[in-house]
Amino acid sequence: MTISVRPNQSPASAYPGPETITRVVFDNGLIVLVRENHAAPLAVLDGYMPAGSIHDPADRAGLSAFTASMLTRGSADYDFDRFNETIESVGASLGMASDTHITSFGLTCLSEDFERLTGVLADALRRPTFPAEQMERLRAQKLVGLQEREQDTGRMANLRYHETIYGIHHPYGRAISGYPESVGAITREELADFHARRYTPNGAIIVVSGDVETTRVLALLERTFGDWRGPAPEQDVPPVQFPTETIRVDVPIPGKFQADIMLGAPAIPRRHPDFDAVRVANTVLGVFGLMGRLGEVVREEQGLAYYAYSVQEAESEAGVWTAIAGVNPVNVEQAVASILHEFERLGAEPVPDEELADSQAYLTGVLPLALETNAGVTSTLLNMEWHGLGLDYLQRYRSLIEAVTPADVQRVAQEYLGRDNKVIVVAGAA
Amino acid sequence: MNPQKFTLDNGLQVILQESHVAPVASFWIFYRVGSRNEPPGLTGTSHWVEHMLFKGTERFPRGEFDRAVARAGGIFNGMTGQDWTTYFETFPAERIELALQVESDRMVNAVFDPEEFESERFVIISEREGSENDPFWRLNEEVQAAAFHVHSYRHPVIGWKPDLLNLQREDLYSHYRTFYTPNNAVAVTVGDFDATEMLARIERYFGGLSAGPETPPVRAVEPQQAAERRILLRGDDPTAYLLMSFPAPAADHEDFFPLIVLDAVLGGAKGLGVMGGGSNNRSNRLYRALVDAGLTVDADTSFRPTVDPFVFTVGVTLAPHVEHEQVEDAIWRELVRIQEEGVTGAELAKAAQQTKAQFALSSESVTGRAYWLGFSEIVASTGWMEAWYETLAAVTPEDVQRVARRYFRRDGQTVGWYMANNEAHEEESDA
Repeated sequence: MTISVRPNQSPASAYPGPETITRVVFDNGLIVLVRENHAAPLAVLDGYMPAGSIHDPADRAGLSAFTASMLTRGSADYDFDRFNETIESVGASLGMASDTHITSFGLTCLSEDFERLTGVLADALRRPTFPAEQMERLRAQKLVGLQEREQDTGRMANLRYHETIYGIHHPYGRAISGYPESVGAITREELADFHARRYTPNGAIIVVSGDVETTRVLALLERTFGDWRGPAPEQDVPPVQFPTETIRVDVPIPGKFQADIMLGAPAIPRRHPDFDAVRVANTVLGVFGLMGRLGEVVREEQGLAYYAYSVQEAESEAGVWTAIAGVNPVNVEQAVASILHEFERLGAEPVPDEELADSQAYLTGVLPLALETNAGVTSTLLNMEWHGLGLDYLQRYRSLIEAVTPADVQRVAQEYLGRDNKVIVVAGAA
Repeated sequence: MNPQKFTLDNGLQVILQESHVAPVASFWIFYRVGSRNEPPGLTGTSHWVEHMLFKGTERFPRGEFDRAVARAGGIFNGMTGQDWTTYFETFPAERIELALQVESDRMVNAVFDPEEFESERFVIISEREGSENDPFWRLNEEVQAAAFHVHSYRHPVIGWKPDLLNLQREDLYSHYRTFYTPNNAVAVTVGDFDATEMLARIERYFGGLSAGPETPPVRAVEPQQAAERRILLRGDDPTAYLLMSFPAPAADHEDFFPLIVLDAVLGGAKGLGVMGGGSNNRSNRLYRALVDAGLTVDADTSFRPTVDPFVFTVGVTLAPHVEHEQVEDAIWRELVRIQEEGVTGAELAKAAQQTKAQFALSSESVTGRAYWLGFSEIVASTGWMEAWYETLAAVTPEDVQRVARRYFRRDGQTVGWYMANNEAHEEESDA
């Protein structure tokens, strides 16, 4: 292992960058980023393990998520009770959760407890014991959660939307938390096997920000994770077969007062050259101010919804661009028509210079707010590292956003929102 | 740096706290008005007024304000509670003046355009319907309404649906003119600025606004609950829930901090305010007695600082095939255990340590700090908040046992059960 520690010389106004972030790659492939911040006696650690729901067998959807939630329910040195007492007696939080490509883990605590609790984190990640009794208790909780999902208009719209747009046979299309049948079928051996095969320091990332000393953090992580060996991560997913025609799915749920709409189209992965153009276009469409053009038209002008906004979701290999609104069941068709009209308008007319400049100013201007807290810094750096954006990304960010032109916005709107391959899901209308 | 407090000649209270950790600043204005100030028939007025303050003034017509803040790289929102209505903007520090401009303008110049008012009626009904989708939200609404006979805390903040259909523009406008005065407001700024200079700026923007008459007092005092109250709510959702509610004292009462400790012992320490981070919560007494025992899948307690006495609640989601009675009995066993045996020194130490960590965490964000300062001034005082940790650390096991005996009473409880339509309930078998 080679370490080059950089002094923390940043004025408060500068963004974290190569001058203030220490980046080290351990011999086992673990990537570590540390940024000192002595403003408060706190430390935050955030990490990604390259194991996610893309690794779930088709009939075991939810396996990665189940594995992650079991890690804090028993490990070699910390059984359930000892783990809880250790973490909670000092008011810390330590948790894990699965996403598509990764399992995230995080620790937030007073800096005085950081070294000890990092040891607990390492024990949980490396040496889980998957106690059978805890497993059944957790399964029962998960099954109730899935039963509640069936009744939740927002969560059901989200579930059916992703199943439909990515296809149920693609890992991106299946629920990360799984389904009652798949979660009901998962065995203890499958959890232990998933952990053994997929949890690896190779390609994992740990980011630390807080009242810590860089050299001590590196020594600590070397001590707790340095002797861990694991295989190279497998992150490939099959190509996505997006819909070739527009599909409408209605999910009736009895007894509901509001319907949730998700309406969108296939878009682009995180590393696609159009990413920033779509990000800016999406800000115009459904983010800026009070939810952009969608908020203005659906909420402010027509009074149809409390929320109507849009999101860009970019996975490593594909992405979608989606409008979301919650409306009274009698207003569903009017809201859908309004959203489609805004999709079309974004592609048909160039966005006025001032409106574009507003969205760009917002996207660059809020960066100091996003980086105010240690947790804001760790999550930002973690995603920069995961997507390979470079340590100077925050310093380049403004120019990336400002380079987007009205013609770019119009082009990506036509390209991604202007085709007859949309998915419309309405959950809740009886 | 400690917060500094001032009062302008027109009665506006000002709280300033410098923080030079990050180049950001947050401005909050709190009005001493919320659903607590609403009589029957006018419920939801405060919240709807809050929405109307985003609908424009002459200077910032609808949409202009949101655009101006966002263009400056800011975030903003408004929130309405029982005791307060608040608006905030958080900016890169050099842009904070825009917040003063906007908030001083809309304290007096909001137009309440009649068409905008009508259109907003359906936005708010839509907001309510989104909440109604959640059976636990409906159960909570029913339990809270039953827990109070006379005090306005019985009303939901968003308002009852018939009121949302009936309210008129003039109802809102008169509410606005009555409660939106400098002498009924607290302005808070936390962040990267010079306090002397900031005070001068606040004086410049707000100093010229005229004080209003004193606001009408809330006179209703909830009589002591003499009988147990029970709610049975049914619906289409199959998952079962239970919510127990006990009358509890206001923020400035001597029993407040012992109850905060009791809350932590029973249901785990809570984050501070809206921006506070939560922590792991699986070693508290109810989690062990209910979740570890397989009776429920979660166990939450809630006790919040309020101006008038409100409630202490226990809310759970039942595991399948478990009866409400079983869970209720299990909760009572834990309450009685504390009443009879008290709590341990270790439990108290844990509550104190969790509080210490949460204060450190919540101090990270200027937005969270400004919220907590303003909110504290409304329900008690900033001094009450600054002494929070010390006061809490001084609570003894005897204090906790005493408040457990005083507030957990069977004839003072309001218990709500939610169950699916098709589920049998023994009391109905005679019908």
